[in-house]
Amino acid sequence: MEVTLKTVVLDSEKCIGCITCMRRCPTEAIRIENGKAKILYDKCINCGECVRSCKGGAKRPVYDSFDLVSSYKYKIALPSPSLFGQFNNLDDPNYVLEGLLALGFDEVFEVGLAAELVTDCTRRLMQKNTLPRPVISTACPAVAELIMLRFQELADHLLPVYAPAKIAAKLAKKQAVARGIPADDIGIFFISPCPAKVYSLHREEVSNEKYISGVLSQSDIYFRLVEKMNKIQNPRKLCKCGYSGIGWGSSGGESNSLGLGNYIHCSGTRNVLGLLREMSDGKLEGVEFVEMNMCPGGCVGGVLNVENPFIARNKMRQICDKLRIPPATMEEYGLDESFFLWDKAPEPSTAFQLDPDRFAAMRKLVQVEELLKKLPGIDCGACGAPTCRCHAEDVVMSGGQPHCVKLEGGQA
Amino acid sequence: MEDCIRLEYDVDGENFASAGNASESVKRTLKQLGVSPEFVRKVAIAMYEGEINMVIHAHGGKALAEIYPDHIGIYLKDSGPGIADVDLAMKAGYSTATENIRSLGFGAGMGLPNMKKYSDEMTIETAVGVGTTVYLRVNF
Ligand SMILES: Nc1ncnc2c1ncn2[C@@H]1O[C@H](COP(=O)(O)OP(=O)(O)O)[C@@H](O)[C@H]1O
Ligand code: SF4
Ligand code: SF4
Ligand SMILES: [Mg+2]
Repeated sequence: MEVTLKTVVLDSEKCIGCITCMRRCPTEAIRIENGKAKILYDKCINCGECVRSCKGGAKRPVYDSFDLVSSYKYKIALPSPSLFGQFNNLDDPNYVLEGLLALGFDEVFEVGLAAELVTDCTRRLMQKNTLPRPVISTACPAVAELIMLRFQELADHLLPVYAPAKIAAKLAKKQAVARGIPADDIGIFFISPCPAKVYSLHREEVSNEKYISGVLSQSDIYFRLVEKMNKIQNPRKLCKCGYSGIGWGSSGGESNSLGLGNYIHCSGTRNVLGLLREMSDGKLEGVEFVEMNMCPGGCVGGVLNVENPFIARNKMRQICDKLRIPPATMEEYGLDESFFLWDKAPEPSTAFQLDPDRFAAMRKLVQVEELLKKLPGIDCGACGAPTCRCHAEDVVMSGGQPHCVKLEGGQA
Repeated sequence: MEDCIRLEYDVDGENFASAGNASESVKRTLKQLGVSPEFVRKVAIAMYEGEINMVIHAHGGKALAEIYPDHIGIYLKDSGPGIADVDLAMKAGYSTATENIRSLGFGAGMGLPNMKKYSDEMTIETAVGVGTTVYLRVNF
């Protein structure tokens, strides 16, 4: 598969070829080639872990420019719940909404509100009891990608419902069009905490229609927004999202809101990988719902945030405590389940297959195992691959020679 | 090329945390071969249970996987206490696991029944005081 959309890229100038990001990438998608950390995009899930771990800032997230906003006549901003945790001394979320309007947006549609609607829809689907248990949340696109890449045996557990940002875009567009605004004039901009959402909203893997005009970065608009917010005196009561929707910004918010007894939530790449393994071994007997977030602490830990995730989470909790707005329901917005359900299931990735042909794949595997016996098995990373096994696979797949510093003359 | 791929693992009887490493590795291999997810899942569950049994009942042992184009054969071989009554051991819910083991979340007595359920063929060779070898076959 050719990947054209890239939401994490390497700044070669800054890359010193250390192996930090290669070691931490959850999908073994990074190799050091000619002293630079190259991303193998067919294995990349846009989680941002390499951005988080690079000390020199050489891994860069990619997102749309704020300048794009002005090219639309009617501009709608979609702030995510985690945005509300980024500000010092924010006691009223309406400052953020007013700030976005002051930045030039004509309308703000809170993603947290859409999240509450997703909760309502999910609860109904869970009650119908037709989805295989445990149901796995698809709100974190990096987790969904990881499953389609490395845990395809769990694909039928994925909750086949759009993520809140997509629902927010779809609903905002529907409402604006109903108010008579020409569809072509409408520009819808999600303000993202992470490159994974930038990717998924542009790629639209499970949907036939695109509602998003651009995906901005929380860190990119942050200072412009703070400047506007500081000038606001008495914000209007614009906020429609309640504690439940804001709660989605940290790990556990989504699953807590479902009112189930038997559920698990976990966050962080290592924890997510560990839990996926357990699930794949059939070990989550009785569990109804599993919420996984690739970022530590949930979306507050996304790499496009400004604040430390745990400080942000505390701030969000304090805002939530004050918000008395009850969760939105599908009735209120005149929606039924069809509004939420995927148009199509995501495609499994074949990036980890050695060959499309079983016999050829087996032949390659034999070569990999043979080569592996000669390599030292210490996963030192000096060859430019995260593990000896990866190096052996790379060599077999490319038909090249191994170059291991631990072997006599570097050759196996 | 040989007619199959052989993968061998030592299953450490002292280490609960590493139990599952062999099935994990086999699973990874099957995925690389493009074996479809439903079969990978069957193999993973059946093999994992066999691995765990060697850890909790037999002080560890060896796991051998033979992958053919159309099926996998798995041998789980230990020199543990053996199983006195195989029919009884196969009963759902039957377990001789200690309270200690149960408190770790193992010993529900569903291992052997699930290995049977998720495999296409299963044989148990066992002798008390000598050891146990379980063979599992899953067709792709
Ligand atoms: N490899 C083995 N060696 C000795 N005994 C075993 C072995 N595997 C299973 N058994 C016996 O069979 C019983 C049932 O096994 P199983 O169905 O896996 O349940 P569990 O492992 O939860 O006890 C075990 O409690 C144990 O007495
Ligand atoms: S974004 Fe995530 S998956 Fe992609 S290269 Fe970086 S660490 Fe790996
Ligand atoms: S946890 Fe949230 S912020 Fe992090 S990758 Fe997933 S969706 Fe993005
Ligand atoms: Mg057992």
